[in-house]
Amino acid sequence: MNDLCADNLHLWRGDMHVLRGVSFSVRGAECLQVTGANGSGKTTLLRALCGLVPPEEGQVRWCGVDIGADPSAYHRALAYLGHDNGLKGDLTADENLRFGIGLRCRVTPTAIGAALTRAGLAGQRGLPLRQLSAGQRRRVALARLPLFDARLWILDEPGSNLDSAGQALLLELLQAHLAEGGTAVVATHQALDLPAGTHRGVMLQ
Amino acid sequence: MSARASFASAAALLMARDLRLALRRAGDSLLPLGFFLVITTLFPLALDPELSQLRDIAPAALWVGALLSSLLALDLLFRDDGQDGALEQLALCGQPFAGLLLAKTVVHWLLTGLPLVLVAPLAAIALGAPYGAMPGILAAVLLGTVCLSLIGAVGAGLTLSLRRNGSLLALLVLPLAVPVLIFGARATALAIAGESLAAPLYLLAATAVLAATLAPWALAAAVRIGLE
Repeated sequence: MNDLCADNLHLWRGDMHVLRGVSFSVRGAECLQVTGANGSGKTTLLRALCGLVPPEEGQVRWCGVDIGADPSAYHRALAYLGHDNGLKGDLTADENLRFGIGLRCRVTPTAIGAALTRAGLAGQRGLPLRQLSAGQRRRVALARLPLFDARLWILDEPGSNLDSAGQALLLELLQAHLAEGGTAVVATHQALDLPAGTHRGVMLQ
Repeated sequence: MSARASFASAAALLMARDLRLALRRAGDSLLPLGFFLVITTLFPLALDPELSQLRDIAPAALWVGALLSSLLALDLLFRDDGQDGALEQLALCGQPFAGLLLAKTVVHWLLTGLPLVLVAPLAAIALGAPYGAMPGILAAVLLGTVCLSLIGAVGAGLTLSLRRNGSLLALLVLPLAVPVLIFGARATALAIAGESLAAPLYLLAATAVLAATLAPWALAAAVRIGLE
């Protein structure tokens, strides 16, 4: 269950051969940390894993099935956090979570309130997001993740703009996700302080 | 495990979100409408204000104005969602992407097409059209703006990944909108002349149905390419 498997992925960006035969597999309750120099293709790899960019060669399989076979079913099991938060600056944190999560599953205002309080944003719930700092906006995006009810998390530099309390929140959320048997692929340079046996790394050249 | 949201509730929520966003930025949404009014009222100023001459150019003025103002409005459709990553989240939410984009296009029409339908009779009167022509003009502009929103949305999706997409969008969308311009202007001319405008209205309606059937798929494919 909850296996994500990449098999010999090749991807070009124009003339650039960005992914050159990337292969790995992650099981449930396991976090794969993707590292590599700037420009080594971390974001491209994660977007290929999401199905946003089809690889020229190779295959991504979720629970043994090619992700192209039933994209909707795969996307329902997937929570993606990219460089951009996917939040609207003109809406409040509350509204952003209600609209963002409501597209996928039913969510109660209490659950949203609890998620924002956990992220340390109880006092900023009613403010338009454009009035919050970049780190606070990232926290709103992180607070969204558990409510997505997804078995696979794909996070691209989730710790950007976060202070140490924000980093702790990220680790706490990740650990809870792994404890429930979820799978995670995280591109970050920061050391992830996760329990032994749940954490592996892959380095892009 | 919480209950999965149905497509209908997801689409309704997305439309509510877009309407709320538009309300918070009412100025942006009203800009195309103001543009339409200015263009159509410039014609009587530039021409001899003789009624028969105004009536002759009324269809052309109305439809060129509608076309240009719908082009201006297209900029609002995907720009913000593309820049802040909301479009990626839409593509990955597990709901039918074409359906969600159609819901967005419907809201876009409500915000920029429907106001045009409501003020088009006013603009037509300013151009000397008789009151008897109003129902015909209303019907033609209603069908025409639906077509323009759908065709334009595909163009906006195709130019999503380009930084300065304004002029390319115009080059892409305006030729595709030519049938709408022809049938719309013809229907308006017939309405002003007091003749039966059934034929061009049917053709406009057919174009609208065709666009509503095909545009969502083209739109989803275009936006997916734009997201790559």
